[in-house]
Amino acid sequence: MADNNYTPQDATPKTSSLPLRELCLFGALLIAIAGVYAMMGAAYSTRMLVEAACYAILALGLTIQWGYAGQFNAGVMGFVALGGVSAMLFSVPVNEAFWGSELPAELGKVLLYAIGATLLVVAATKLNRLGVPKRVRTVFAVVLAIVLYMVVISLLRDVTAEIESQAGFIGGLGLPPWTGWIVGGALAGVVGYFIGNVCLGLRSDYLAIATLGIAEIIKAFLKNSDWLTRGTATVSPLPWPTPGPETLGFTLSRAIYLSLTAVIIAAIFFLLHRAYHAPWGRMIRAIRDNEVSAAAMGKDINKRRLEIFVLGCILMGVGGGILASFNSLFDPNGYLPLNHTFLVLVMVILGGPGNNLGTIFGAVAVYIIWIMSEPLALYLMDLAVAFGAFAFDWQAPSTIDSRALQARVMVIGILVTLVLRFAPKGLLPEHIKQHD
Amino acid sequence: MNELVFFINNVVIAGSVTGAIYAIGAIGVTLVFSIMRFAHFAHADIMTFGAFMVLVLTTAFPSVGMSIGVPTALVMLPVAMVITACLAVGIDKAFYKPLRAHGVKPIVMVIASLGVTLILQGMIRLFSGTGGQGLYVDDRKAIFRMLPFENVRVPIVITEPQIYLFAITLVAVIALHLFLSRSRLGKAMRAMSDNPELAQASGINTNTIVAVTWVIAGGLAAIAGTLLSLDVTFKPDLSFFLLLPIFAAAIVGGVGHPFGAVAGGFVVAFAETLAVFNWGVFLRPFRDSLPTWLELPSNLAFVGTEYKIVVPFFILVAILIWRPTGIFKGKVI
Repeated sequence: MADNNYTPQDATPKTSSLPLRELCLFGALLIAIAGVYAMMGAAYSTRMLVEAACYAILALGLTIQWGYAGQFNAGVMGFVALGGVSAMLFSVPVNEAFWGSELPAELGKVLLYAIGATLLVVAATKLNRLGVPKRVRTVFAVVLAIVLYMVVISLLRDVTAEIESQAGFIGGLGLPPWTGWIVGGALAGVVGYFIGNVCLGLRSDYLAIATLGIAEIIKAFLKNSDWLTRGTATVSPLPWPTPGPETLGFTLSRAIYLSLTAVIIAAIFFLLHRAYHAPWGRMIRAIRDNEVSAAAMGKDINKRRLEIFVLGCILMGVGGGILASFNSLFDPNGYLPLNHTFLVLVMVILGGPGNNLGTIFGAVAVYIIWIMSEPLALYLMDLAVAFGAFAFDWQAPSTIDSRALQARVMVIGILVTLVLRFAPKGLLPEHIKQHD
Repeated sequence: MNELVFFINNVVIAGSVTGAIYAIGAIGVTLVFSIMRFAHFAHADIMTFGAFMVLVLTTAFPSVGMSIGVPTALVMLPVAMVITACLAVGIDKAFYKPLRAHGVKPIVMVIASLGVTLILQGMIRLFSGTGGQGLYVDDRKAIFRMLPFENVRVPIVITEPQIYLFAITLVAVIALHLFLSRSRLGKAMRAMSDNPELAQASGINTNTIVAVTWVIAGGLAAIAGTLLSLDVTFKPDLSFFLLLPIFAAAIVGGVGHPFGAVAGGFVVAFAETLAVFNWGVFLRPFRDSLPTWLELPSNLAFVGTEYKIVVPFFILVAILIWRPTGIFKGKVI
């Protein structure tokens, strides 16, 4: 493969024992946070910090994939949405209108049919062992698969239409939210396993294309499956694992949620730190830096790559669950490639791919820039409109505010290209140990 | 026969229209992929940009086309192609060339192209607003209805932009084929896609080839974007739904094969339209003669229209599993 001309000499060697760079950057970040607190008030700023913390978990997931292993996942949004839907399904109260009726049995029957149909098709693909010619077997299996798929999908459409008309949606399980977070992580991991299995042996570009696609598919599914997620009608409120704002007030309850996410991040950080410095982490970096020699050392490259890709997806699922619970709202339309894929990407490449501390710094810094670019964009647009009206007698279109907000995607785009050009290793680059 | 006309309208015509657009888009992607060796994610947004340029020019001079008798948008298309080609070359100079000179991995170029995507999207949204706008500003869209069969009341419907679409696609593909197979530059491009080092060693100026590739990719992108916006309407978020089918088409056809990209475009488009087509339509005439235990569901489509995006994805996954080089054995794996 041609994409392995990475040279460790390229990386910044660790020179001084005092982490001056880290101290400066985190000091600046603290000042920025203090500024936001002073300007926007405690409740708003704490919410921003919790969201930044959730994004930090997503960014840690991506930094494993991109920083440790050089795999580019362009579909973070899909895994985040999976975490979100799982958090919703586990934590929302039980829907009696659904469970009290015949519908769960009907739905279960369709699922059984689906399993039966799958088994039949799998059996049909094995017919050649009974002496059926291979070509006949293939044709038979394909026709059988199409017919059975049609039957099952028609039954499913009937049942889901019934659910939507009678009960709204299937409702949740009424369990604590953390069960949903864990299952969401597992769900994201399973999807990541399938994608990784297909794409990781091929060019790295193909993984980006495929993940981009799976993210859109997951979103389309969640948006249109009204029986499962209420679709565009959205589900809210999702319960919090910590005391909610109605008992403690906004600032305090959000601060407690923030400390919960901080504990989770600390745990993930500690585990990743250990893994990075363990033989396993060395092996992963060896595969990233020189695949051929790693293979010559007897490492199972595709298996390791799959391992790390799935691990990253799991973290994204967990982060997505925590984010959805905090927003207390599940809205499939709210999952945007911009907010949930590219923002995370900028966080990782700006902070320093492969450097966990840098990634967390990048997550918080970029999220503050992103949030603050909203009032800034409106202000700049106002200035431009005022100037246009003053100098050229220009009438601004009425939609100018929404356009200014839409144009914020440029902030992300410019950040991406600038970082790649001028700080390709991020603000806090990965430390490479030199053994002279 | 009503069913057959329904099939022609919904599958044959709709599939060919989408197929032609995917094909032109996929040619650009496949050229960039084979010369620069990276998946250019900003291609779909360059398409949107081309269409937006046509929209701006058409709004500025709405009555030009009337004197010649073609829609104004088509008169403006060559101008927009030039502008878009300049944009593509400019993007390369500003964003990709420094990275290439630094010798980064192809995947870093992919990320840079995502950054370019976002910048382009932001600019287009800032200047065009977020709503849809028709490219027929002063002209009227002619719609032809044909009744080829006796005693069938439903006509076959084809619109004026669709006819232009087929004609322009045909011309573009033939012109590109002649360019790549006959001209000196085209041969040099193919040489560079086969083996860049060897091409450079034998005296081919790789910088020129890169620039020419961007000119062709930009021009084709402008054509594809404009034709799509003529057929439906111009929307700034046009691009995101095109990206996956176009990449699927390029990979299905085998990366580096312009004809493969055309074939891939039509494969993906017809798979999409066939998958969302309601096959129950064909069974309806036999409804009375079916046994009573077999109750026909009203909707016999493989996937609902809202899940259209699943189809190119599954084609992509299938081709990556069984034949990662594509049907025509592409060069880049």
